Amino acid sequence: MLLLILKRIGLGLITLFIVSLITFVGVEVLPGDACTTYLEREAYGAALDACIKRLGLDVPAYERYLDWASNVARGDFGYSLSGEMPINEVLGPRVKNSLVLASVSILIGIPLAIVLGIITALWRDKLPDIMISTITIFSMTIPEFISATLLILIVAIWLGWLPGIVIIPSDATFYELLSNIILPVVAISMIMTAHMARMVRSSVIQVMASDYVQMAILKGVPYWKMVFRHVLPNALLPAINVVALTIAWLLGGVVVTEVVFNYPGLGRLVIESISNRDLPVVQALAIILASIYVGINLIADLMTLMLNPRLKSLQIRK
Amino acid sequence: MESNLITEDKQKNKLEKAFEILKTMASKPSGLIGLAIVLFHVVLALISPYIAPYDYKAISPNTMLLAPSAEHWFGTDSLGRDVFTRTILGGRTALTVTFFGSLIALLWGGLLGIFCGLVGGKIDDVVMRVVDAFLSIPWILAMLLIVSLLGTSTEVLIPALGFFYGKGIVRVARAATHDVIAKDFIVSARARGHSNMSIIWNEIIPNVRDAILVEGAMRWSWMLLGFSSLSFLGFGVSPPTPDWGLMISNARGLMSFAYWSVIAPIVGLSSLIIGINLTADAFAKALGIDRSTKAPV
Repeated sequence: MLLLILKRIGLGLITLFIVSLITFVGVEVLPGDACTTYLEREAYGAALDACIKRLGLDVPAYERYLDWASNVARGDFGYSLSGEMPINEVLGPRVKNSLVLASVSILIGIPLAIVLGIITALWRDKLPDIMISTITIFSMTIPEFISATLLILIVAIWLGWLPGIVIIPSDATFYELLSNIILPVVAISMIMTAHMARMVRSSVIQVMASDYVQMAILKGVPYWKMVFRHVLPNALLPAINVVALTIAWLLGGVVVTEVVFNYPGLGRLVIESISNRDLPVVQALAIILASIYVGINLIADLMTLMLNPRLKSLQIRK
Repeated sequence: MESNLITEDKQKNKLEKAFEILKTMASKPSGLIGLAIVLFHVVLALISPYIAPYDYKAISPNTMLLAPSAEHWFGTDSLGRDVFTRTILGGRTALTVTFFGSLIALLWGGLLGIFCGLVGGKIDDVVMRVVDAFLSIPWILAMLLIVSLLGTSTEVLIPALGFFYGKGIVRVARAATHDVIAKDFIVSARARGHSNMSIIWNEIIPNVRDAILVEGAMRWSWMLLGFSSLSFLGFGVSPPTPDWGLMISNARGLMSFAYWSVIAPIVGLSSLIIGINLTADAFAKALGIDRSTKAPV
């Protein structure tokens, strides 16, 4: 069991190592280095020299990679060109803001998805299922920026209930944030809930058709007792992994949503750093976002392992 | 000999089979609606340059932000351009870019996946590690980086999108190949002394084609989503190209009093994405592949 966990963590680390190589090599291979890209037309003379010195571009590439990688491993991402300060200081408040947005959305999204998934599965092809499934298909296929724009148009402009554009400084306190993130949270959790509800639905349907559930029905186990005791634990377990993948995939959507609502999180930093052509920050963001992705998947794997005794013995024998 | 007979038989029935699949897809209302929407958009994209009433890039200060009327069905935007013209031409941009992008994704993803599934071993391990690593970089960051360094022309966008949406297909193709490769007919083809190429072409591709095509149809809608998000963020096609994402992003600031210029591209893009999704779902069901439990990777 411990060996298996260590193996999973090792695989995750290898993935992150390859990601760091890809981003580093990508920035190296594509035309222009960090300094000429950032300074654009002013890339000559003293300004260029100073920048090259600042980033240490005058040493060979592999040495720079080793330097950069070992610094990143220690938690130091380097120096932001456009912010003119260490990247860690730029990241701090942004990470916090995105974390607030993401965790509120997840806290609303997951329970709602489970409830909706169960309802649609138990009333399969009946009115509740048809209604909810239609809504989920709509909200999961429409791009984030469209649902966010429509939310602003309808709720903020036509109805005038909430402010459409969030104007908060990046160092706002937790309570200041909470009152301002209703619309972004709705936009994000709408898509997330739709994706997860669909998975829960098909998982529940699969389990309902299995032999042991048929057996329970024949034995005369009361319907709701059967649903909660026999169906749900078996149906939700395989959904954990898929939910993790969905959350990780939505990182891209969070970027877009943050831009639409002008929310000062990691996502908007992605756009800002790319518009400013601030490559050190872009590299740092690639590693951070990839770590989140790998981390979420790792947690899901471990949770499935812990919760499922059968899988445990299977994997060890393998 | 036997496998040759089967392939000949298949060829004869190819059209019939395609028609059969279409019929199954259209037999459910959701599939029929999806097919109708996609067909509508494709036809519109083909004829839009001939039916567009105005020049899509004609700027005029006299016609700024006009409400919908008989002359301008969907009104005009902040530069005085006709929104109807730009909306119907926008579908052309979206469909062209994503169609060729998906084609590239299908080709390289499918072939690499089949290759990995077939050879296995060390090569397979290394390729899959790299694919996993690419999967863990958010697509939006990677796309933005490429586009910001190489520019935003369609010559860059199409291969870049094709590359990024192909990595998921590698996994599907590899898994499907794994399923096929242990079957008896591969073993017997090997025993008959067929070359690897002939095995790939005659035995594996016909058997994994369905899974890859369904995946490709799904990728198509995700790619459309990705492409329009890029345009929306200002990193897709450059103005004055008529493009839905770009139109929405331009009209967004003025939507408190000129909502028509944002509604038209929203309806266009949403309907096309929903149409493609419904079609892909129906396609998967018609081929007997369940993709509802799969995460969007």
